[in-house]
Amino acid sequence: MKASTPKSNAARRQFLFDSARMACGVGLLGLGLGLYAKQSRALPALALRPPGALAEDDFLGACIRCGLCVRDCPYDTLVLAKPEEPVATGTPYFTARQIPCEMCEDIPCIKACPTGALDHSLTDIDEAKMGIAVLIDQETCLNFLGLRCDVCYRVCPVIDKAITLVHQSNQRTGRHAMLLPTVHSEYCTGCGKCEQACVLQEAAIRVLPPALAKGEIGSHYRIGWEEQKKAGRSLIDESQMIDMPDRMPEGFKLPGHYDPASGMTEPPARSLSSGDGTSIPSLPPGLGDPP
Amino acid sequence: MSRQRIGAEAVAAKGWLEAHRWLILRRVTQLGILALFLLGPLAGIWIVKGNLNYSYTLDILPLTDPFVALQSVLTGHLPETLGLVGVAIVTLFYLLFGGRLYCSWVCPVNMVTDAAGWLRGRLGIKGSAHISRASRYWILGMVLVGSVLTGALLWELVNPVSMLHRGLIFGIGAAWTVVLAVFLFDLFVMSRGWCGHLCPVGAFYSLLGRWSLLRVSAPARQACNDCMDCFEVCPEPQVIRPALKGEAQGVGPVILAANCTNCGRCIDVCSKDVFAFDLRFNNPVSTVPSAAPATD
Repeated sequence: MKASTPKSNAARRQFLFDSARMACGVGLLGLGLGLYAKQSRALPALALRPPGALAEDDFLGACIRCGLCVRDCPYDTLVLAKPEEPVATGTPYFTARQIPCEMCEDIPCIKACPTGALDHSLTDIDEAKMGIAVLIDQETCLNFLGLRCDVCYRVCPVIDKAITLVHQSNQRTGRHAMLLPTVHSEYCTGCGKCEQACVLQEAAIRVLPPALAKGEIGSHYRIGWEEQKKAGRSLIDESQMIDMPDRMPEGFKLPGHYDPASGMTEPPARSLSSGDGTSIPSLPPGLGDPP
Repeated sequence: MSRQRIGAEAVAAKGWLEAHRWLILRRVTQLGILALFLLGPLAGIWIVKGNLNYSYTLDILPLTDPFVALQSVLTGHLPETLGLVGVAIVTLFYLLFGGRLYCSWVCPVNMVTDAAGWLRGRLGIKGSAHISRASRYWILGMVLVGSVLTGALLWELVNPVSMLHRGLIFGIGAAWTVVLAVFLFDLFVMSRGWCGHLCPVGAFYSLLGRWSLLRVSAPARQACNDCMDCFEVCPEPQVIRPALKGEAQGVGPVILAANCTNCGRCIDVCSKDVFAFDLRFNNPVSTVPSAAPATD
């Protein structure tokens, strides 16, 4: 602790220089690693995590890349990402089109996980959210073409809940029904059996990560009829409601169209059997097909 | 190349087998551990599942790499019970038996860098880049801080150790390029570069085993004939001098430096049997036999 001699000054300078050199060199390496870590978060849309997997950001911190989930998967669904693959190295994923999740009731992959990367509180596989199936291409889906393929619907382990067939008339033939596979995200576990089973060369239905597949209404928009149901009454004073005239093309007339604001107070003709196609009673006022 | 090969004297004095005893034991252990892991995927005999990051043996023994677990904890995620028990078992083991025992007896990259080191000697490659051996501690610090900042297991993105081990068990993919890069780096760029200067896994284990019981000692150091073979063969030669040449400074014969990997190669190559495995407490300041306790 004495006044610094030239020698200790030189030594101190050397120490500071060496430390700065090291900090800069290692800092550069760290910057590269950090940016690579950011990149590795971009999980490709078709790479699905095992059931119970935390959100991707948390998953990459919790998963220790041991592969126990892969080992205990009885169907060889899961694989560990290799360095050249666009999934964080060593983490488990599966590709639905190749081998989907068979939704084992005892969920062995979660049981095998030594960390919280796969949420151990998930005990009912039906509650899993590996992704959400989306009928992504209606132009090639055979059912949308009016054929009866139904394969995605039939292989769905949560049939009639996660995928239902919704009837619609076939405008092309004019006399057939189309049964449109419709996914209900509330029940879809993202197992990927539909995607794997799709008979097309490229699947028309695909399982996407929930963040990609789902819209979000947001807090700024509320659905009126649901709020009405919750409140037990309309949220506004309906007697004060102003009915604006319906906008129609110039000189257009729609027989049976009910539009008080335009002075048309004639109630719509409620004749299902008329078959003239001029009014569809099940639709709200003003939405009938033009003749 | 007029100089004799390293350990030639020892081979002449003790015979080839005795002069390679610890090396052979080490290779058998390294390959044996690897074989245990491979028995499942290759032969369907599931004794050990997983890899060096975490393994589960005979459905009873969990073993977790404490360095990987530490990175995970720093991102804010605690392992489950089995994972934590695994950390405790592994940590306790290396606390007792020497942290860098992992490097020389378990780590699969050791065989790669040892091969590079051996080939470097055979080819007579001399030049070597100069980076401080303390670099690994800086990298270790960077990885731990970086794990906090990025929320990812930072080193696991590039770790050649886990890439090679996982690759051998689960499919190597392009991981062999990383392993080859480490080999070529050690061969042409820097002598003992990866394990001795850069690898933060080894740095972590050296800190873990800082006060471990099991140590290499030089109890017969007065028999040293300065052939320098131990310095030549040692992957961390700086650890030897204080113990081997410490008689005059009153330093005991036990190699206490954290970076001794307990590989035992110095024991093998010494024709005078200077070195032996010992406990850290067995460390008298003087090893000269005639020196009676009364002389101090």
